[in-house]
Amino acid sequence: MKFINYLESIAGVSIYGLGSLLIFSVLFLGILVWTFKADKKLIEEISRIPLDNNNPTHS
Amino acid sequence: MQIEQFSYDNKTVKWFAFATMLWGIVGMLVGLWIAIAMYYPPLNLGFAPTTFGRMRPVHTNAVIFAFVGNGIFMGVYYSLQRLCKARMFSDLLSKIHFWGWQLIILSAALTLWTGHTTGKEYAELEWPIDIAITLVWVVFGINMFGTILKRRESHLYVAIWFYIATWVTVAMLHIVNSFELPVSILKSYSWYAGVQDALVQWWYGHNAVAFFLTTPYLGLMYYFLPKAANRPVYSYRLSIIHFWALIFMYIWAGPHHLLYTALPDWAQSLGVVFSVMLIAPSWGGMLNGLFTLRGAWDKVREEPVLKFLVVAITCYGMATFEGPMLSLKSVNAIAHFSDWIIAHVHVGALGWNGFLTFGVLYWLIPRMYNTQLYSKKLAGTHFWIGTIGIILYAIPMYWAGFTQSMMWKQFTEEGQLKFQFLETVTHIIPMYVSRSIGGTLYLTGALIMVYNLYKTMAAGSFVANEEAEAAPLPKVIPVHGKEHWHRWVEKRPVQMLVFSFIAVAIGGILEMVPTFLIKSNIPTISSVKPYTPLELQGRDIYVREGCYTCHSQMIRPFRDEVARYGEYSKAGEFVYDHPFQWGSKRTGPDLAREGGKYPDSWHFNHMMDPQSMSPGSIMPSYPWLYENNIDTSSTPAKIRAMQTLGVPYEEGYANKANADLMNQANGIRVSLKMEKLETAKDKEIVALIAYLQRLGKDIKGEQTAQK
Repeated sequence: MKFINYLESIAGVSIYGLGSLLIFSVLFLGILVWTFKADKKLIEEISRIPLDNNNPTHS
Repeated sequence: MQIEQFSYDNKTVKWFAFATMLWGIVGMLVGLWIAIAMYYPPLNLGFAPTTFGRMRPVHTNAVIFAFVGNGIFMGVYYSLQRLCKARMFSDLLSKIHFWGWQLIILSAALTLWTGHTTGKEYAELEWPIDIAITLVWVVFGINMFGTILKRRESHLYVAIWFYIATWVTVAMLHIVNSFELPVSILKSYSWYAGVQDALVQWWYGHNAVAFFLTTPYLGLMYYFLPKAANRPVYSYRLSIIHFWALIFMYIWAGPHHLLYTALPDWAQSLGVVFSVMLIAPSWGGMLNGLFTLRGAWDKVREEPVLKFLVVAITCYGMATFEGPMLSLKSVNAIAHFSDWIIAHVHVGALGWNGFLTFGVLYWLIPRMYNTQLYSKKLAGTHFWIGTIGIILYAIPMYWAGFTQSMMWKQFTEEGQLKFQFLETVTHIIPMYVSRSIGGTLYLTGALIMVYNLYKTMAAGSFVANEEAEAAPLPKVIPVHGKEHWHRWVEKRPVQMLVFSFIAVAIGGILEMVPTFLIKSNIPTISSVKPYTPLELQGRDIYVREGCYTCHSQMIRPFRDEVARYGEYSKAGEFVYDHPFQWGSKRTGPDLAREGGKYPDSWHFNHMMDPQSMSPGSIMPSYPWLYENNIDTSSTPAKIRAMQTLGVPYEEGYANKANADLMNQANGIRVSLKMEKLETAKDKEIVALIAYLQRLGKDIKGEQTAQK
């Protein structure tokens, strides 16, 4: 019942490292590209969401 | 488009706000108490629940999970409704969430005070409470996602991303780290042992800081700062990059808590690299916060809320600059185990979490009570007292940590250690005094706030259901420019959840799988044997009294530590330690090789009255250990549990264990009697002495042999 036994059977564990690096790089680059290409008006609009509340007591 | 009428639930927010204030004061009081007990040991009262080892987990748990926890829920319940333009999904779930969480806090305080602990820092709560936490967390999740799904705002504002990442990561951390085998209703053993337990624990511990104290509060910052300054955040683009980089990197950084320990080297290096990289997203977030106020600093002078937020964000910047520095091995060699770390975490807790919470409270309460803050002047007083309190707390602790660590490492010209451990403690007592003054000021400030807010509430009238109106989500959402894949993530909370989970799970799996997988990562040492039943019982007493809050069991491979404590610790020595007890702070000396250092009689006298054996010691006394009997009825179950976890006791040993226990206990009784010390063999002190005398002995005089 030792914990170690459950994982010992995983083959080719090195794929974890490669996979995660790939996922992270792709995700990160994707986000970078998107943020710089994104529509300015859209970004502006989203960033104003907290302020757009029609708070009846205080604005 | 038809405009829909609805109302925001302020009642739940109000209750969470009250709980935040109440538990905040309680947590700070307990902290102040033990801060004073550190230079005035009689304050431990010779009473088990008020000794440092039990009070310290109460303090940390109260501040993290009760004060900040309720603060998170207060802020989330307020902002999420408004960002989604929708009432919380279910009033009933809100209620269950609130009362469930408070019950967990109460039971946590009670069990910790009565000595029921797993012995893993910030995860001390025993298994029934762990299950309760999981259930309440799920309730919170359903309530949050239900609200997000029925929202009337098509975009998910960045604050909500942080809330989602918080929810999913805390769930993962809590479940993985809480794997434990119940022995009785309030006792369990960690599923993992030694090095693996340490790795899982600090993967959890570090990310509890990241995903309980940081990401939800960043979410609050991204909502309340623009709100209070009445302007959008400086760069929304930056906040997107900030978010993804932060959650992906944070999860890897845990091993920086274990530098120079018996953890395999590759895992330590991995932790360092990611910790250093973390400074980029952290500072991205801080600058984004501060730049939001560009051109509006005149408002900061007027508005107490903004003052608190500015100091909070500045403290966040300092703590997240310091974090990567501390994870550099050379800096860590000095800072680890010292008061430096205490200073570091309090800049975060008092500055970032505390001040941000205060800011949000000052902002929320008047609005929910439809009135103005009772006194801006008092809030300003609170601000200054609190700020001075933080400074008076942090600077002496940095000083103490650095000074003591340097003293530990000093040698005379003859090559002897220059200072006894105790000398390094008595030297920094004045710093401890100053720290408690800082803490008193900070607490005073918090009390002023409670008074100020009480007067505010008395003057206003509470708006339980705040009326609002908004158009429902259109079937087809208008597209600005070109539709992009990130929009696909951003509009859909479920995708957001899945992506955040992937980002954090990869880090966790990669970091831990190899340690569990590759046997050679934990070299086995043939001479390391399981604990005897008496030692096992003694170990449980060691855990119960929270000895790990002041004593480490991890000798790092430094000249001074080897000279002071003996051969450095090896990974293979801890294979039967469920849970590991490496500790994180040396208020007292390391105990990894305590076995055989002193006679049994020394320990007997020392536990009764530490000052009699080490004049000037600040250790509490433990008189109840001489009265309580060892709970021998639990021995068979404990042995069986250990067998389940893979500790190689022989088949059927559980039933013979108590006979061995009594034999060994009698031996200690006889050795004490020869020194004219009378005790019955079945007292707890006997078991504790047996454990202490075993520590680190397995490999003494033996060659470290790899099997």
